[in-house]
Amino acid sequence: MRHESSRIWLLLSPIVAIASALLVGAVLIALSGTNPVTAYTVLFTESLANYYGFGSTLTKTAPLLLAGLGVLTALKAGQFNIGGEGQIYMGGLGSTLVGLYLQGLPALIHLPLALLGGFLFGAVWGGIPGYLKAVRGVNEVITTLLLNYIALNLVGYLVHEPLIEPGAPSAYSPLIAQSAWLPIILPKTQAHAGILVGLIAAVILWVVFARSPLGYQIEAVGLNPVAARYSGMSVERTIIIVMALAGGLAGLAGSSEVMGLKHRLFEQFSPGYGYDAIALAFLSRGNIAGIVATSLFFGALRSGANVMQRSADVPVTVVYAIQGLTVLFIAISFAIERRFRVIRIK
Amino acid sequence: MDKLTFFTDYLSASLRLSVPLAFAALGGLFSERSGVLNIALEGMLLSGAFASAAGAVLTGNVWGGMLLAITVGGIVGLLHAYLCVTLRVDQLVSGLAINLTAAGLTSFWSRILFNSGQAQQLPGIQAIGIPGLQNIPIVGSLLFNQDPLIYLLFLLVPFITYLLFRTSLGLSLRAVGEYPRAADTAGVSVTLVRYTAVIISGCMAGLGGAYLALVHVKFFAEGMSAGKGFIALAALIFGRWHPVSTAFACLLFGATEALQLRIQAFNLNIPYQFLVMLPYVIALLALIGLAGKSTPPAALGIPYIPESREQ
Repeated sequence: MRHESSRIWLLLSPIVAIASALLVGAVLIALSGTNPVTAYTVLFTESLANYYGFGSTLTKTAPLLLAGLGVLTALKAGQFNIGGEGQIYMGGLGSTLVGLYLQGLPALIHLPLALLGGFLFGAVWGGIPGYLKAVRGVNEVITTLLLNYIALNLVGYLVHEPLIEPGAPSAYSPLIAQSAWLPIILPKTQAHAGILVGLIAAVILWVVFARSPLGYQIEAVGLNPVAARYSGMSVERTIIIVMALAGGLAGLAGSSEVMGLKHRLFEQFSPGYGYDAIALAFLSRGNIAGIVATSLFFGALRSGANVMQRSADVPVTVVYAIQGLTVLFIAISFAIERRFRVIRIK
Repeated sequence: MDKLTFFTDYLSASLRLSVPLAFAALGGLFSERSGVLNIALEGMLLSGAFASAAGAVLTGNVWGGMLLAITVGGIVGLLHAYLCVTLRVDQLVSGLAINLTAAGLTSFWSRILFNSGQAQQLPGIQAIGIPGLQNIPIVGSLLFNQDPLIYLLFLLVPFITYLLFRTSLGLSLRAVGEYPRAADTAGVSVTLVRYTAVIISGCMAGLGGAYLALVHVKFFAEGMSAGKGFIALAALIFGRWHPVSTAFACLLFGATEALQLRIQAFNLNIPYQFLVMLPYVIALLALIGLAGKSTPPAALGIPYIPESREQ
């Protein structure tokens, strides 16, 4: 009985949190002088029920899903990976380097190599705070945060100086080789195969957690590191592996942006996907199917918001407020839920 | 410009750039000394910066802006306290949620209130020279010809040190952060102390944000806190939760930032981005170097549950 009701709550609490955030968002929209019903209707029909709009939603869902998986993976081992944004930048950089400097390969080889480059660069950027946490005991929250700003400026420097396209009016790299482009999956839209990369990663991750010893080890460390250590697992090694894996997944989000959407490296190419990813991981509560659903929702919010701004004159930024509020409400629902549990046990 | 003026100018800029960090870090010191982790400092700084711009525009007065920044910062602090102390939400999650919400709400309102997403030129505050003392070479212009908030900071550091280590209020605060069970048994309300401490941290970080908007740049830009709240947190750890060393850590970060603004004058061929990166790199290296040597308050991050038998 208890088990059953908590399963319903598991599904219900994110929905309640999202609904509450949308409600507060409606008040904000009303205060800005627009009818919230009109604004939300435009937002969701344009982003989900319109072919081109849906294409744009998928384009935004891909990096959100991959970065979200990165945060979620770390969270399974009890690690807060707030460094998704920096890992996205490093991943984008890795893929750009493979895309630019390995010319003349067939797509069948070049494309996976470019993805691998992004994964590895992200993995290093996630692995550093993992190593510092495991070996030196430095809190990963602050190190991952600081590394975001370092990665952002590193990419900024590279596209301004060594990687800049000769004669470019602003700072960006040359186009990467076409053999490293992720193909378009919905004709006449921008929707590219990055979303498939995200879904494949989600499935692999699901298998890792449901079936493999590594997944079991990660969850054991997350639930009770002391017990995990007593049973002979290396907590340190697990933390480093899991943070590298998390960084690699977020790195793929950067790869997907470069290889699928922009085809070159730009300064500040991520509009904060790494931070949205934190919201996604909490909303989905460690559930991989949940993160697919919530990243589609956040992708729709982001793509619909642009249309809403154009046609209903509501600032895009209302969406960022809604996303933040969603995390706030999900945090509150955790607390309420724990209180219920305490009462039930009594 | 001769070398001496360049040097005093540099020190003066370092001081001014460390002010927002110092207000936030000293605020964070209250919160963390009481046992409440505060990564919400970033959101508090940003809310303060926004509120100060809005307040300055509404009242046409800098001090109106400052007051609104302190108030809004305090409200954000109240929210963090409610989530962490009353609801016992994970303190990291609460901080993250507050940062994300603050980023969203401030950029939303700034586009509504200031149209372009940037406030117009805001009124600034004037430096006030202290008669006599300001004429001392170097030190005079550096320490005694500054704006009132810098003087406030000069007074706050010894005051907080005294409060923390020499008064019964400070003892209660530290006891709640180190061993809440004992403080509770001795009749100190853990809830009251933590609420007060977190609200103070919000007010102070809000004021730091106001300094950022009203004194540094005289306008509000979306996301203008740019990780300064996290640097303040690093300064707090680097300063081992002691007001004096935390203030010096902030000065170090301020000096790094000032370097970035001045290095062009040296005509050195260092890319601009590396200089922007410098404070973050130094904060990171400081954390690594201090690992295991800087001990946080024992109850930091742990909610206090009166009816439980733990702690």
